[in-house]
Amino acid sequence: MNIWTWLATAALVFGKMVLTVYSGTAGVAMVADTRNMHGILQWWAEMYNESHLTFAIVTMLIIPILGCVLGWLADIVMNHIGIDLTHRDLAED
Amino acid sequence: MDWLFMAMPISGVSIFWPGLIILGLGVGIIGGFFGLGGAWMVTPGLNILGFPMAFAIGTDMAQMAGKSLISTMRHGKFGNVDYVLGLTMLIGTLIGVDAGVWCVMQLEKIGRVDEVVRYLYDVLLIAMAWLVFHDISVRKKKAAAAAQAGKALDKGATGIEWASKLQAIKIPPVVYFRHANITCSAWLPIVISFFTGWMAGILGIGGGLIRMPALVYLVGCPTHVAVGTDLFEVAISGLYGTFSYAYQGRVELLAAIVMLCGAAIGAQIGVVATKYVKGYGIRFVFGLAVLGCLMSVVLKQLQAKFPDQGWLGTLATIEVLGFVSAISIYIAVQMVRGAKAELAAKKNQAAGN
Repeated sequence: MNIWTWLATAALVFGKMVLTVYSGTAGVAMVADTRNMHGILQWWAEMYNESHLTFAIVTMLIIPILGCVLGWLADIVMNHIGIDLTHRDLAED
Repeated sequence: MDWLFMAMPISGVSIFWPGLIILGLGVGIIGGFFGLGGAWMVTPGLNILGFPMAFAIGTDMAQMAGKSLISTMRHGKFGNVDYVLGLTMLIGTLIGVDAGVWCVMQLEKIGRVDEVVRYLYDVLLIAMAWLVFHDISVRKKKAAAAAQAGKALDKGATGIEWASKLQAIKIPPVVYFRHANITCSAWLPIVISFFTGWMAGILGIGGGLIRMPALVYLVGCPTHVAVGTDLFEVAISGLYGTFSYAYQGRVELLAAIVMLCGAAIGAQIGVVATKYVKGYGIRFVFGLAVLGCLMSVVLKQLQAKFPDQGWLGTLATIEVLGFVSAISIYIAVQMVRGAKAELAAKKNQAAGN
């Protein structure tokens, strides 16, 4: 995937995100109960309570990063097994 | 047994976490094999595990984005992803989904939304199942005719050939999509993805279930490239959906992360299985999956019509879970068999040298 494809994809998704933020949230305030939480979970729930926008941005960053890391780990395991992961026969029948 | 339950920081519910991993594994296998997001099985699954519906949809979006990204990476290495085609279709999809949501608002105003969505879903699933099995039967007839003439059918030959007729309409700009090996007007994928996006917007689904067959039968992609390219689109639209739901405060990231651990393994199984199953094998199992989905939708609709017959809803859930498990097991078996055969062939080759 070349740089122009990346940029075009990012522009499309970013444009839609800006529209989402501009159109606002639903008129219901939701809060997470942090009273019985500690450590990273408490920090996460507090961030949610303070700003849904920050929460959304961090969520959107974590998901693809985690996806890439898990994909990369799976790559190592599959290569270790010895399966050829670069070629396939493109046949319909 | 408290250790089997995990407290969710945002929604406040306590969830059976092995259920999340199993659900992730199943959707990873099926999604990687067919090029689907799998919202039709994950959202009710998360709801059954105890998530409120709004959180079930948002969390499903988040895991779908991550899982599809993992599958896209793997399909990309096989050369199964046409990024330019995916991006071109994304334009039509984004506009189409908005148009679909607008139509739902209009239908809501006249009080016809439930009725229209219900019938559209039924018609669409019946049409897709017919299309897949009709195509398989046409190809079989062609193969038989070729065999009678003492010839063999081309490896890439298909049954239905609507795509070649649509590709012949050369409205500028005409584009060559290298990985899919298709030359057509750029308007063809844009218009088709607009309609698939529009339908997805009306039905409230991700759209992979409609887009994958549309890529095969209307755009003319080889089955494997359709699966990979669709997953690329699911990953991008899933990311946007994640942002949208997270901004509304409806994503439980912890659950999505746990599901992703299962989905990462499942996606590898599903994608690598496509290496050992031919295009028409994928189409046939996809047709069965559509029939399974149709049966579940009909059962749910019957339950809505006869609310006192609670067993219909339970039967729909059992049917979906049974179908998903059976298809996942079939795909996993194909992957293990294929990998075993490949490793054995490599071993023999090394011994021969």
